[in-house]
Amino acid sequence: MAICSYLPDLLCKFPAIDETTIRMARKSVDDGFKGLVRSYVNAIDALVQPLQWFLNYLEKLFVSSPWIIILAVMVAIVYYGSRDIRITIGTVISMLLIGFVGLWNDTMVTLAMVTVCTLIAIVVGIPIGIIMARSERAQSIINPILDVMQTMPSFVYLIPVVMIFGIGKVPGLIAVVIYAVPPMIRLTNLGIRLVDKEVLEAADAFGSSPWQRLKNVQMPLALPTIMAGINQTIMMSLAMVVVASMVGVGGLGRNVLQAINNQFFTVGFFNGFALVAIAIIFDRTSQAYGKRLQKHSEVIHG
Amino acid sequence: MASHAIEVKNLYKIFGPRGRDFVDQVKAGLGKTELNEKHGHVLGLQDINISMPAGGVMVVMGLSGSGKSTLIRHINRLIDPTAGEVLYDGVDVCKMNENDLREFRRHKTAMVFQKFALLPHRTIIENTVYGLEIQGVPMDESRKRAQGWIERVGLKGFENHYPNQLSGGMQQRVGLARALTNDADILLMDEAYSALDPLIRVDMQTVLLDLQKELKKTVVFITHDLDEALRLGDKIAILRDGKVIQQGTGQEIVLKPADEYITAFVKEVNRGRVINVETIMKPLSGNPEGVAVVVGTVLESAARMMTLANHNVAHVVDANGRAVGSIDLGTIISAMVTPISHEKIQQAAE
Repeated sequence: MAICSYLPDLLCKFPAIDETTIRMARKSVDDGFKGLVRSYVNAIDALVQPLQWFLNYLEKLFVSSPWIIILAVMVAIVYYGSRDIRITIGTVISMLLIGFVGLWNDTMVTLAMVTVCTLIAIVVGIPIGIIMARSERAQSIINPILDVMQTMPSFVYLIPVVMIFGIGKVPGLIAVVIYAVPPMIRLTNLGIRLVDKEVLEAADAFGSSPWQRLKNVQMPLALPTIMAGINQTIMMSLAMVVVASMVGVGGLGRNVLQAINNQFFTVGFFNGFALVAIAIIFDRTSQAYGKRLQKHSEVIHG
Repeated sequence: MASHAIEVKNLYKIFGPRGRDFVDQVKAGLGKTELNEKHGHVLGLQDINISMPAGGVMVVMGLSGSGKSTLIRHINRLIDPTAGEVLYDGVDVCKMNENDLREFRRHKTAMVFQKFALLPHRTIIENTVYGLEIQGVPMDESRKRAQGWIERVGLKGFENHYPNQLSGGMQQRVGLARALTNDADILLMDEAYSALDPLIRVDMQTVLLDLQKELKKTVVFITHDLDEALRLGDKIAILRDGKVIQQGTGQEIVLKPADEYITAFVKEVNRGRVINVETIMKPLSGNPEGVAVVVGTVLESAARMMTLANHNVAHVVDANGRAVGSIDLGTIISAMVTPISHEKIQQAAE
């Protein structure tokens, strides 16, 4: 650029750290990290072992049970949750279609994965959300972390996850949970913060302990919002299991990945639609259930 | 259970992060506006001294922003005072630790709220047992007790409805039943009836007065309505800008308003329903004439009795039937109309 001849060199070309220093820094961070992981490899394995067992157990249960039983259980859950015959029929039809195109087993693997991820996200997310709602300081610390978790491209944090936990189902599971837990935390926090101040004051006036206040007032009144969080978490888990197939998670996601690599148009779409079908089933059921929880607020005295 | 009085002594509340630092300045005469302008703190209450009668209804009256809701929240310490004491049974509520305070709230106080503050996800009976539930009373017993109060406030048959299914008046009956089920000595009512329409309000006042005749609780009632205050209150305190400007019985306030502010209020009051016959009677001269009117009768009732009996004069008798004074219709009428001095003040104010 011509303008550079008038400017000092420093202002024209960005004074970046030179390549060797960067390379050195990179190498030492990477090596240090690897070394750290290597020295704690046993502890890390022991820590995630229960997850592995749980996941394997559920996967085996889903895959090895006769399809008719799985379908019956699903229909029961969907009907109990939604009390809606249309959603139930839709579930039956989509599950049968999935079976016909030969994706039953893969779907079961994905289902097991999503179930475990959602449960972990709930177990981890709700307490963190409660802590956030109780303290402004906790909120100011946790919020930026959630921002990072939500905006960081999911491929990027697959790297440290793989470095720490290796390749396999459990690292995939952890990646999915990291991706799916923020809405759970945020909406729990929001739900509790939105609880009517007057009602809280009444709970205090009658001498509730903090635990009684949480159990009797805050959680029940925040439940619709928390249910929305669970719904979001399920949807995000389903989206992320496809990405997580890159680190060794099986199921529908792996088929999609293979279809991309080999340009299998039909396989890709079948698996894609199977994921969409599961997503819609989960979404409609959990939303209908959430709505049913609010039945008490529907009938307003005119 | 014998009721105890509540003593509020030298109570100050300054809202803001450094409220405590300004107490001395406020004591030395720093005003509400100055405090807000110079230091950004809000003066909520200043130098409140009220002795609330045991087993009676204490009404705290004031317009919005006068600090009345702040004051009632000091009694069960939903708000911490900046300085001063709230004594109940010789114990300063403001010095209780967390556990004692919780026990005090559970067993000694119950509160009714302006916006009802019912739990929307619980049915009426589940709302009513709330106080007992957190005390740990067994479900069977608390439901039985709650059922009794639900019936007393006239909500039998609505036990399994949700609050949203009831009208405002009915919801406040639930609020009242919830407070009464707690069986606490102190009943705090924070503008409990202000959100109700006038007919239902009068109805609920009657419910409270009827219950109070038998329960004899120490009731603290907050209102912005002088008629309500005069109807319910054994003692009334009037608050303005966080200060008590007058306290006394309804009659004292109506007959001797402390300043122009109260005079303007009192002007609209139906005096015939506030002033008692013994306040205006003359000493008995000669034999008792006309109908006998018992001490404590309000002028309106006395006038009605006299006109029905077609007498222009009446004599006042005490509880034992002994004649203590005499009155005539003329005196009653002149006492019932607003004195001219009050009208003048009103006109000057306008």
